[in-house]
Amino acid sequence: MSTPTRIAPEAPARPAGPVRAQRRLPRFAPLGLFLAGVALGFALSALSGFSIPTAVVYGVLLGTLAVYVASRAVEGRRKATDRLVTSLVTTAFGIAMVPLLSLVWTVLDNGLPRFDAAFFTNSMYRVVGEGGGAYHAILGTLVITALATAISVPIGLMTAIYLVEYASGRLKKSITFFVDVMTGIPSIVAGLFAFALFTLLFGGGVRLGVMGAVALSVLMIPVVVRSCEEVLKLVPNELREASYALGVPKWRTVVKVVLPTAIAGLGTGITLAVARVVGETAPLLVTVGLITGTNLNPFDGRMATLPVFAFYQLTQPGTATQAFLDRAWTAALVLIILVMALNVVARLISRFFAPKTGR
Amino acid sequence: MSRGTELKLRTKTRATAMSMALAGTLALAACGASNESGSEGGGGGGGQSLSGDLVGAGSSAQQAAMEAWQAGFQGEYPDVNFSYDPVGSGGGREQFVAGNTDFAGSDAALDEEELATAQERCAGGEIFELPNYISPIAVVFNLEGVDELNLSADTIAGIFTGGITNWNDPAIAADNPDVTLPDLPITAVHRADDSGTTDNFTDYLYQAAGDVWTNEPDGVWPLSGGEAANGTSGVVGVVEGREGAITYADASRAGELGVVSVGVGEEFVAPTAESASAVVENSPAVEGRGEYDFAIEVNRETEGSGEYPIVLVSYHIGCIEYDDQSTADNVKAFMEYVISEEGQATAEENAGSAPISDGLREQAMTAVEAITAAS
Amino acid sequence: MTATKAPSEPMRQPAVRRPGDRIFAGSAKASGIFILLVLAGVAAFLIGEAIPALTAPAEEIPGGEGLAAYIGPLVLGTLLGAVLALLVATPLAVGIALYVTYYAPRRIAAAMGYVIDLLAAIPSVVYGFWGLAVLAPALRPFHSWAADTLGFIPFFAGPASTTGRTMFTVGLVLAVMILPIISAISREVFTQAPALHREAALALGATRWEMIRMAVLPYGKSGVIAGAMLGLGRALGETMAVAIVLSGGAGATLTLISNSNPSTIASNIALRFPEATGIDVNTLIASGLVLFVITLGVNMLARWVVNRRADFSGAN
Repeated sequence: MSTPTRIAPEAPARPAGPVRAQRRLPRFAPLGLFLAGVALGFALSALSGFSIPTAVVYGVLLGTLAVYVASRAVEGRRKATDRLVTSLVTTAFGIAMVPLLSLVWTVLDNGLPRFDAAFFTNSMYRVVGEGGGAYHAILGTLVITALATAISVPIGLMTAIYLVEYASGRLKKSITFFVDVMTGIPSIVAGLFAFALFTLLFGGGVRLGVMGAVALSVLMIPVVVRSCEEVLKLVPNELREASYALGVPKWRTVVKVVLPTAIAGLGTGITLAVARVVGETAPLLVTVGLITGTNLNPFDGRMATLPVFAFYQLTQPGTATQAFLDRAWTAALVLIILVMALNVVARLISRFFAPKTGR
Repeated sequence: MSRGTELKLRTKTRATAMSMALAGTLALAACGASNESGSEGGGGGGGQSLSGDLVGAGSSAQQAAMEAWQAGFQGEYPDVNFSYDPVGSGGGREQFVAGNTDFAGSDAALDEEELATAQERCAGGEIFELPNYISPIAVVFNLEGVDELNLSADTIAGIFTGGITNWNDPAIAADNPDVTLPDLPITAVHRADDSGTTDNFTDYLYQAAGDVWTNEPDGVWPLSGGEAANGTSGVVGVVEGREGAITYADASRAGELGVVSVGVGEEFVAPTAESASAVVENSPAVEGRGEYDFAIEVNRETEGSGEYPIVLVSYHIGCIEYDDQSTADNVKAFMEYVISEEGQATAEENAGSAPISDGLREQAMTAVEAITAAS
Repeated sequence: MTATKAPSEPMRQPAVRRPGDRIFAGSAKASGIFILLVLAGVAAFLIGEAIPALTAPAEEIPGGEGLAAYIGPLVLGTLLGAVLALLVATPLAVGIALYVTYYAPRRIAAAMGYVIDLLAAIPSVVYGFWGLAVLAPALRPFHSWAADTLGFIPFFAGPASTTGRTMFTVGLVLAVMILPIISAISREVFTQAPALHREAALALGATRWEMIRMAVLPYGKSGVIAGAMLGLGRALGETMAVAIVLSGGAGATLTLISNSNPSTIASNIALRFPEATGIDVNTLIASGLVLFVITLGVNMLARWVVNRRADFSGAN
């Protein structure tokens, strides 16, 4: 239905004003053009020996180009740029989906064979070869991660509050800076540090779940601080000022106004931080060790954790190799599900506490 | 805003879902691992009752065997709290020497310096080193239609130094007159990590093919460049995915890959349990060690019939005298189980190691019987 | 440095200091100082353990040519992989964040963001095995193509790897790993862009892209950079994925596509640490110290970049 009612050869750069008769591409034209471009791309790829990657690359390139050119001709430069960015942004999303789907498929494909009740109810205590499960490791990971979160979130969040609400001058600068530096601590170093610390305190040979939690906290705190700080910074000052104007003390303003406003972002940040450490292997091995039975007390002896469990099932399988590999992949799948569940919980909590805004 | 009411409705159902999930987790935590509860009741099956802790750390190569040993050992002594951290041989020796663990698993014997500190750590100044885990290292390759190849030490060294680059090289063909070798470039894959496997393999090349391989044996692959992969799983994975690739790995992990029979004297010997333990039994002991220290120098240049020279020997290192009785009893019982025929058989089944020979067992038994507690 | 406008500036002198305020402010400050102490502890530990390697004669260091010759290639490898990851991931992540916040249909936008966050939940060992089993073989044709057509650029000098386990593949794996970090934080700041600014821009007849360029991107820039830095930190320190995917340990080479790559500091530590004893341990920890210093340098640079332009924060 495209009826280019050409009145005058209008220049694309028209001074802003009440433009009523703006010409637009009809609603489905961009999509159609894009698909045409994609088809052409596939054809081009077929000419040079068909392969899916080249076909997709050519297709997306040509499709984008087609939309841009058409839009440029009909709608002008600004609108064309807008459409170009739209397809670029959508493409970026599409590209990100490729590894995601591939990863998820790989994990599901390998992990589902052992995703059974036995895996969740049995430990590896006296299990040789096939069978067994990761009950001990799942609970170990839950306990240690919960402990690490309990250590990191208060410290990290309070630091972020300090940085945004209170700090100024040199201390603020150095804290922000060194928190960034902390993100670069290699995980094994965090483990060795926790190990050295506890050896200093309790003598050699000590292996406790809490050591692992401390090691993970070293990795987790900077992520918590950095993401919470960014989110807190975005809380509009008008809210704070309104609160002060009502005579609310500063700390109550922070707790009742600033934190609830930012809660969604805080939840995301903390979940990211948990996700960052939940799969760590090396620091846990040197601090928490590995056992085949169940130990739920993080202050008494070694514990099993999912990543360490998965790692050694994967790298040191016995002769019944497939059974070991299956357990490893299922452990990885469980780890992902755990973090996903956590993510959901964080989102629910933030939904629940977030102030109801008009947005 | 309508969103508010909508939200309220939804949070209610979500909260229910959340609490259900939480309850589920708690239920999971409450019931305990189903395979653990049963075994506790049947305690003291062995007649003796041992208790307390038994802590080991070290070689990750022993991990699979250790799982099997642990399972068997705890079947007899369910009250012993056994753990083994596969932190690596270096870490294992260090932790043992520092007194943090009761025994170490190590792919190499203690060196002079460690030996001195280890003697201080142990009550009576005597330690034992038992070659309890013997694993033949196979040279494995991926060539379609070829399951076996005969290669001499010099040829293997040539392949891994990059001197021999194609499968149809005359040096390979000379030893394999009956095999049609493809015209295919060789991708030699080595371990990227520091490992006992690499140490033993390079030691073999250095001793048996000194003309071609001139680098000192080392746990880290000494040559620069070439394809490297992490761990046994890594190298095997790469070789499985690439035709024309060759690597060295625990024989138990060879799977579908082709296996090289190595030139020994006039014949070619395949990596089997028998051929591996044969070479260990006929290897000389390291000189100047204690009475119960059975560290050996594997005879890589063996000419003996049926002896496979590329083996990884992993030790259990512990004290002859411990400070307290229960540790001594536990170590003694565990070592006794490990060297028993049953212990070696279960390791062979689960980890693909080579059982120790009767000669080695008798020798080890003298050390195990000597383990006591300082009075 | 230009002072970033602290949001607390306007209410600098509260009329009364209530005890609640004092306790809250005190504990907030204590947390900050505690972090500095932890970091100081880590640094002291690193330096203490690294000193024997720093003072040891060159022959005793693994490789026999001294510490610099040992760590140099590792530094190169670490930077190559991480920078490549950042170059690939940042534009993608910003694109994703924009798509989720302003382009995707409202109803599915949240779900889409969630799906991307899922990437962050995957343990790095799994990334490693995915890189090894899926990505590396898939990129094999690209490697030979790059060696043929782009070989004149030092980064793409051949011979191409036959397995695809190269620095290039590692860079892509790392990019996928840091994608969710950057995009999650970018998304968060993009959604927070003041609605008034956005609506004003639209009301003036701006297209969606112009609105984003004028009202969203300036606002979110510092957040994007913060996310990128977090991502870079992760890429620099990533251990297992690199250790599994990379065919490394081959000295200093710039080429991204051959099977001879420099290893990275973190993966080298992971590969060598378990079997290391004596001076080797100290050498590895010294390399960890170098990684620490690199992160320090990278962060200083990033701060400088951010601070060069005035902060555009909602709280000023």
